[in-house]
Amino acid sequence: MRKFVDLNLRPLIRDIDQVETMVNKSSELGYHCVGISIPQGAKRKEIRMLEKICNDVGIDLATRVDLFPKTPRELLSNLRRVRRRFEVVSVICASKPVARQAAKDRRVDLLLFPTDSRKRFFDLAEAKLASGVSASLEITTEPLLLLRGISKIRLLSCLRREAKIAKKFNVPIVVSSGATTEYLLRTPQDNAALTTLFDLTLPRRLCAISENPKAIIVRNRGKLSKDYVAPNVRVIRRGKPCSSV
Amino acid sequence: MLQRIRRRYLALKIVSEQPIKKSDLLNSVWNKVHQLYGEYGASQVSLSLIEHNPEGNYAIIRCSHKAVEMVRASIATITKINEKTVTIHIVGVSGTLKSLRKKFLS
Repeated sequence: MRKFVDLNLRPLIRDIDQVETMVNKSSELGYHCVGISIPQGAKRKEIRMLEKICNDVGIDLATRVDLFPKTPRELLSNLRRVRRRFEVVSVICASKPVARQAAKDRRVDLLLFPTDSRKRFFDLAEAKLASGVSASLEITTEPLLLLRGISKIRLLSCLRREAKIAKKFNVPIVVSSGATTEYLLRTPQDNAALTTLFDLTLPRRLCAISENPKAIIVRNRGKLSKDYVAPNVRVIRRGKPCSSV
Repeated sequence: MLQRIRRRYLALKIVSEQPIKKSDLLNSVWNKVHQLYGEYGASQVSLSLIEHNPEGNYAIIRCSHKAVEMVRASIATITKINEKTVTIHIVGVSGTLKSLRKKFLS
């Protein structure tokens, strides 16, 4: 059976009731794993509290951080600080230099763009860079629910173009809710249906809400485990030091 | 010979602070279909409300089998009805009313 993942829940993590409501709702809607956006400066205690809430409900938690750097230099410095602490790193690319730097850095998992159509920098060059480091394009359904009129039309047109470019360069697409309240959560099938608005085919739709986000989590958990040494090198057994011959 | 019309029945779960009237529900679904797909798209949907239970917070609607994804997307985008915050989840889709009731509403 396919396991669905929503990588972008954005409750106020200090509001425990809201977090609990959203996690419960996600579980009820059929999600197997959720990614909760955690502020960079969050304390260990707060993260442990989130883990406990998710464990009680029986849902898997992926810790996620959203970076919003103004310059490429700031992005690099943020990445250095947060990469070892969070399972998923997403960068909100509000300028072209930041978008380019994020697309070529292998520490970035998700590229997220603002809803303003003038600030969506996912073009051919960006896709080529992203495909080289296996970064994914993240599309949130929240603006599709909230925007009206011309701004929604512009966004849909941008998303259609981006989906085509992503397909051409084999950049995985991750569809998530980006929900701040439980009223913006939808079932995985409804989220998949929303992607028909920008012409994603059925297999790509299903991958965008299950395999693609799952692959990011599995890859990063492997890298963050203490047995990880380097790409394709892993400690499989620990023992006593070898005696000299 | 005319081909038999194939239909799909959708079970909806309505989450709202206050009960939603039958006419308001159907109007909001029609409006969303019209908003997203235009008059041409809306003409292909063959939408109708079969059952509405405000106490149980569920409803059943019927549409053309070719338009299920269109209706799903339209219903997913409903966030407000008459300025009241509402979420509508599609619990299940089936080809007959009998199996829909058996699978999703029993």
